[in-house]
Amino acid sequence: MSGSDLIMYEEEFSKIDEELQKLYIQTNAKVVFLVDKNGQLIASAGETREIDTTSLASLTAGNIAATGGIARLLGEKEFTILFHEGENDNIHISLIGQRVILVVIFDKRSSLGLVRLRVKKSSEALVTIFNEITNKSEKEKGSDSLDESPFAEISDEDIDNLFK
Amino acid sequence: MSFINYSSREINCKIVYYGPGLCGKTTNLQYVYKKTNPDQKGKLISLATETERTLFFDFLPLALGDIKGFKVRFHLYTVPGQVFYAASRKLILKGVDGVVFVADSQIERMEANIESLEDLRINLAEQGYDLDKLPYTIQHNKRDLPNVAPVESMNKLLNPRNVPWFEGVAVTGPGVFETLKNVAKQVLIELKKHY
Repeated sequence: MSGSDLIMYEEEFSKIDEELQKLYIQTNAKVVFLVDKNGQLIASAGETREIDTTSLASLTAGNIAATGGIARLLGEKEFTILFHEGENDNIHISLIGQRVILVVIFDKRSSLGLVRLRVKKSSEALVTIFNEITNKSEKEKGSDSLDESPFAEISDEDIDNLFK
Repeated sequence: MSFINYSSREINCKIVYYGPGLCGKTTNLQYVYKKTNPDQKGKLISLATETERTLFFDFLPLALGDIKGFKVRFHLYTVPGQVFYAASRKLILKGVDGVVFVADSQIERMEANIESLEDLRINLAEQGYDLDKLPYTIQHNKRDLPNVAPVESMNKLLNPRNVPWFEGVAVTGPGVFETLKNVAKQVLIELKKHY
């Protein structure tokens, strides 16, 4: 099961963060965020304070999963872009490298065309970063060099303390 | 599939509550939500029909505390129990780290329990998981009802491997946190094995 665990290190995280900040500015968006396919929020940029990003992440992943289910029923591999238009805000959701979901929330200060264009560029950069992450976790796993691992000395007591 | 973030020092794990329709999966989450400190929980999201039957899933994020400086978060999900939502159920199991099977203790629901457990096994296998290798806890729910099957015979039927099990009354709370705590512990121990 752990073969597919996602492990994020400082270096790659700041690269992702940088890419999202860039996208946020270039698209004139309200919020940009990145979610893994299982609904865990990875990173975000923009006006996130007013938004429940955890719930948004989980629902977005559910949305992508449901759409993927529909795609397969139709004999399509995947629908990689979803777009929802609202009265004020719009949301552009795209699947990147079949692994992570990039979400851009924007209003009339931006446009769908601009968002699509910039998302496409950012996606390529993000795919490269996620490939680096995969390579790195594979390497670290084999080399026993995870001395910083939070699990190394985890005790029953630590776990019990969580539930006090 | 857990998500370990060394940058923000967070560990995120996904636990799915599975079981036949009306067995009390959503009720389990509602009780956890009700009894958890506001600073430890996010919103309880329910994608349900007008009659409060789960349509897609319920979702409850819990941030329980720290282990070795890492914030530990559990994302609790339920699946829609009704048979015809099979396609949705499959999707929720993606990336699962631990499973709780909520069994309905009423005698007339035994067949539904067996069917749901079989469905769980098949759906996990489709995602490349083996129930026998996953952190897994069983809750015999609705023990307060008059027409319940004895726990021994339920275990014989649903729990041949004798995985950790608890009696529960999700509406009022007994067994709810015991179940969650047990599966969470198994998930963390499993992570410890790998990292």
